[in-house]
Amino acid sequence: MSNASARSSFAAGFLRTFIAPAVILAILYQAIVAAFGKNDYYMYVLTLSCMNVILATSLNLINGFTGQFSLGHAGFMAVGAYLAGSLTKFTHWPFVPALVVGAIGASLAGVLVGLPTLRLRGDYLAIATLGFGEIIRMLIIASDQIGLKFLEGPRGVMGITKYTSFGWAYLLAGISVWVLTNFIWSTHGRACVSVREDEVAAEAMGVNTTRYKVMAFCIGAGFAGLAGGLHAHFLQLLHPSSYDFLKSVDYLVMVVVGGMGSLTGCAVAAVFLTVFNEVLRRALELRMLIYAICLVIIMLTRPQGLLGGKEISLGAFKYLVPSYGRSRAGSGERGLT
Amino acid sequence: MLEITNLNVYYGAIHALKGISLKVEEGEIVTLIGANGAGKSTCLKTISGLLRPKSGDMVFDGKSIKDVPAHKIVEMGIAHIPEGRRMFSNMTVLENLEMGAYTRNDRKGILEDMEKVFKRFPRLLERKHQLAGTLSGGEQQMLSIGRGLMVRPKLLMLDEPSMGLAPLLVREIFDIIKEINKAGTTILLVEQNAHMALSIAQRAYVLETGSITLEGSAKDLRQNPHVKKAYLGE
Repeated sequence: MSNASARSSFAAGFLRTFIAPAVILAILYQAIVAAFGKNDYYMYVLTLSCMNVILATSLNLINGFTGQFSLGHAGFMAVGAYLAGSLTKFTHWPFVPALVVGAIGASLAGVLVGLPTLRLRGDYLAIATLGFGEIIRMLIIASDQIGLKFLEGPRGVMGITKYTSFGWAYLLAGISVWVLTNFIWSTHGRACVSVREDEVAAEAMGVNTTRYKVMAFCIGAGFAGLAGGLHAHFLQLLHPSSYDFLKSVDYLVMVVVGGMGSLTGCAVAAVFLTVFNEVLRRALELRMLIYAICLVIIMLTRPQGLLGGKEISLGAFKYLVPSYGRSRAGSGERGLT
Repeated sequence: MLEITNLNVYYGAIHALKGISLKVEEGEIVTLIGANGAGKSTCLKTISGLLRPKSGDMVFDGKSIKDVPAHKIVEMGIAHIPEGRRMFSNMTVLENLEMGAYTRNDRKGILEDMEKVFKRFPRLLERKHQLAGTLSGGEQQMLSIGRGLMVRPKLLMLDEPSMGLAPLLVREIFDIIKEINKAGTTILLVEQNAHMALSIAQRAYVLETGSITLEGSAKDLRQNPHVKKAYLGE
């Protein structure tokens, strides 16, 4: 690939992951403000959406692209949240380094889960990762007894500084999606997909399947930890119940609804489901019922998820923006032409 | 090129390969024939590192590969085309071939080999952007062989390439195997279709419930009364 086209594809990547969604979100936001009037709550929902985008896309790397069924995403999020939250509150670290340490901690936890559970697949792996998530939560609840008194056990830690703004959440969501996209379209990403498609064949082609399974867990968990850090400085509260098993299921739902193996699909689903969930608050007790019925309808009509394995691209606009647009069919040839 | 001595493989308590020894010389087509459950596929899987032997040794190009992990064995030049084709079904034909070249870095060589594969299998060229899962059985077998060739192996191991194919296609596939061999790749072929296998191989081994019961040149084995009765149905 020549230098010039490398630069233009970099620009295209930037446009795709940062600017295009920002434009869409801004239009939506303005439309909502025009219809219902200005409200801080809308910003709250959008910020939450951004965090859910990070969680859904990173879970998709593990579940959708590498084919490892993980139900422990909230556990990784908890590791990141508690690490980053404690660092800013007790040791007065600045926000960004605390987030980074939280993400690294979570990704180490990912390796820790990945290694011993590698031999498991399908539902067995799901149960093992679910167990891991619960162990993390139980450790936090029992922190009084294991010498980590400052974590306050089941009472939770209050008074975390509110560092997370919409800007931070959006920026980090953009970076996450950008990094994950590049990873998935790299040799490593292709190797991950081959593990999902057929592990024996992948091994026979020389792919170190163990390494890629651990790598998927490591990266996926790292981003979950990052989102956890954001979450802690958003709610200004660390509480074990924020990271229970049902949270993992929420993110899994976003991945399944958006499409296993579609980053853009699950990012859209994450925003849609977060907003939808908030809209439904007006329905009070009926909220979860309506939500569940909608999920059932989506799964009946689109069992492969909204986008299946495909990606939304701005390909439709490629005639407006020169040097832009990469179709799925053309992507295979990318490395060769 | 490849020498296996006294190899023992177990599946839990089941003794699948009972001390087998075999040899593949450079440039040969060697075939391993036998009934279902005789241990043919087990043997290939052990060579490519997908299974671990309990005892015995395997030497490839002068180096022991007994404890080498599967992905390193591919780098050493052994390609294994597993039974049942095993496509990456949600990837395109082109992407499948690229996966075959996963261990290689020589861009030019990869492009050359891809040309060769397309020349050998023009059908794959027509369908290069199609998802592998949507190909017909014969096309999938071609892709599977093509993907194996993309490794640019010294030794190509094929597991039941005739499985589930129409007789005419089987003939085509076997002709291609012969051509690949003529172009300089050593071949270890596992087959149930003993007739076809013995017709293209130079040497053959007969595997029965985990032990090698007969070995010799393919020509001799074709005349052997036991082989005739049990495997050729004559």
